[in-house]
Amino acid sequence: MSRDSKLHRWHHRMNFGESLYLGEVFRGMGITMGHLLKNLFWTKDMPTVQYPEEHRDYSNRFRGRHRLMQREDGTEKCVACMMCSTACPSDCIHITAGEHSDPSIEKYPETFEIDLLRCVYCGLCEEACPVDAIRMDTGIYEIAGTSREQFYVNKEFLLNDNQQGTL
Amino acid sequence: MEIITKLLTETFGLQLDNTGQLVAGGLTMALIMALVMATCAIVWTWAERKVAGFIQSRYGPMRVGKYHGALQPVADMVKILGKEDIIPDDADKPLFVLAPIIIFIASLLPWAAVPFAPGFIASDMDLGLFYIFAVSSGAIVGILMAGWASNNKWALYGAARGAAQMVSYEIPLALATIPVVMRTGSLNMNDIVIGQQGGIFHWNAFHDPFLFVAFMIYFISSIAEVNRGPFDMPETESELVAGYHTEYTGMRFALFFLSEYANLFLVSCIATAVFLGGWNLPVGNAVVLPGLVFLAKAVLLVLIQIWIRWTLPRLRVDQLMHVCWKVLIPLSLLCLLGSGILLMVSGEIAA
Repeated sequence: MSRDSKLHRWHHRMNFGESLYLGEVFRGMGITMGHLLKNLFWTKDMPTVQYPEEHRDYSNRFRGRHRLMQREDGTEKCVACMMCSTACPSDCIHITAGEHSDPSIEKYPETFEIDLLRCVYCGLCEEACPVDAIRMDTGIYEIAGTSREQFYVNKEFLLNDNQQGTL
Repeated sequence: MEIITKLLTETFGLQLDNTGQLVAGGLTMALIMALVMATCAIVWTWAERKVAGFIQSRYGPMRVGKYHGALQPVADMVKILGKEDIIPDDADKPLFVLAPIIIFIASLLPWAAVPFAPGFIASDMDLGLFYIFAVSSGAIVGILMAGWASNNKWALYGAARGAAQMVSYEIPLALATIPVVMRTGSLNMNDIVIGQQGGIFHWNAFHDPFLFVAFMIYFISSIAEVNRGPFDMPETESELVAGYHTEYTGMRFALFFLSEYANLFLVSCIATAVFLGGWNLPVGNAVVLPGLVFLAKAVLLVLIQIWIRWTLPRLRVDQLMHVCWKVLIPLSLLCLLGSGILLMVSGEIAA
């Protein structure tokens, strides 16, 4: 029944007034002029963000580029337990474990590399970490490099408190 | 023209005989007109993009130039001048080269009879209005040449559509101005403007209902005549790529582009002179800053055309022809009849 009435509307013959289209033309022009004036007087309300100069505000929970946390003496917190690389769904964390000189700490990462091009920014590594050594709270999302190798970031880079996106 | 020659002889102290006056004055006027036209065309590209942007809740050009992309048209021109000029192998080369020039000339010639201010008209000819319609229709030849010479199916379709559309819409366009000519009793553009002195209700568009309808017919047909939305059938980008200028690049394309915007401004100027009182103010008989008043009216009309373009969807070809032959032409003939009867009854026929 409803389908029939829809069909009926499609075949609706316009009466003379409607076939002039003048009413609809002026209604449409009213709408566009409304938009024009609204955007002219409240320019800042337009949804466009002038990107390189302006940035959209992100939540504090936004998962950006990773960083490695440091102990008070400046060495890495990571104990090379491999929890994060095991949890990683895209296999982008590569750790080589080494024996730590301090007997109270079992291991440390000799190398800790993340392939940022493979990373899907899911945050499972920071969930998995038992010692809060890896975080994704830098808020960096503009990561740019000129070669694939540059996106293969190492331990020193991740430990560094560098807030730049350029690699 | 008189003002220019006066300026040349008195201010710059040039000694000129009659021929010299004609040549020097004419050249100066032509230079001024070409500059005005090119500047306007360049400004319109910016205005159009800004208006389109704001209508669609975005900014439009913002990067080039300090204020809202003010130098964008300059950047565009520089870019287009640096482009490679390609002539397709299968194109008919002489026609291909000639077409944009013809279109550009056709959009430049009518300016000779546009009365910007008292005395500021390149050629104060008695057949001004007729001359404008006569020379501006030369663009049809250019469009057909461009489409044919490109040897490209889209260009050919665009050209065929463009020619059909422009030939058709010239009829209501010219018919709509005839009531004005009857009222003024002259085809001279100066006389037409002077005949509208004395406030807004002496302007042809608001003089009587028939003339108002004639103005609307003129306005609608002029949008179709310059191939702009919602009547931009010759360049429907969704079906014809770019229409008759599909194969054109670089400066040749720029000529098409410039003449489109020059035509847009031209039809607005003619509408201003013929229907909206030219340089006359809405109240009183005084002539204050005539050139600016004229330009303000023409600019307003251009903005309305831009507004219409970014509001209405494009017509189908058959709808376009329907509007012209079955609606606008009968209506303009009725207007002609009505305003003729009105003139006869009121005894207002000019001597």
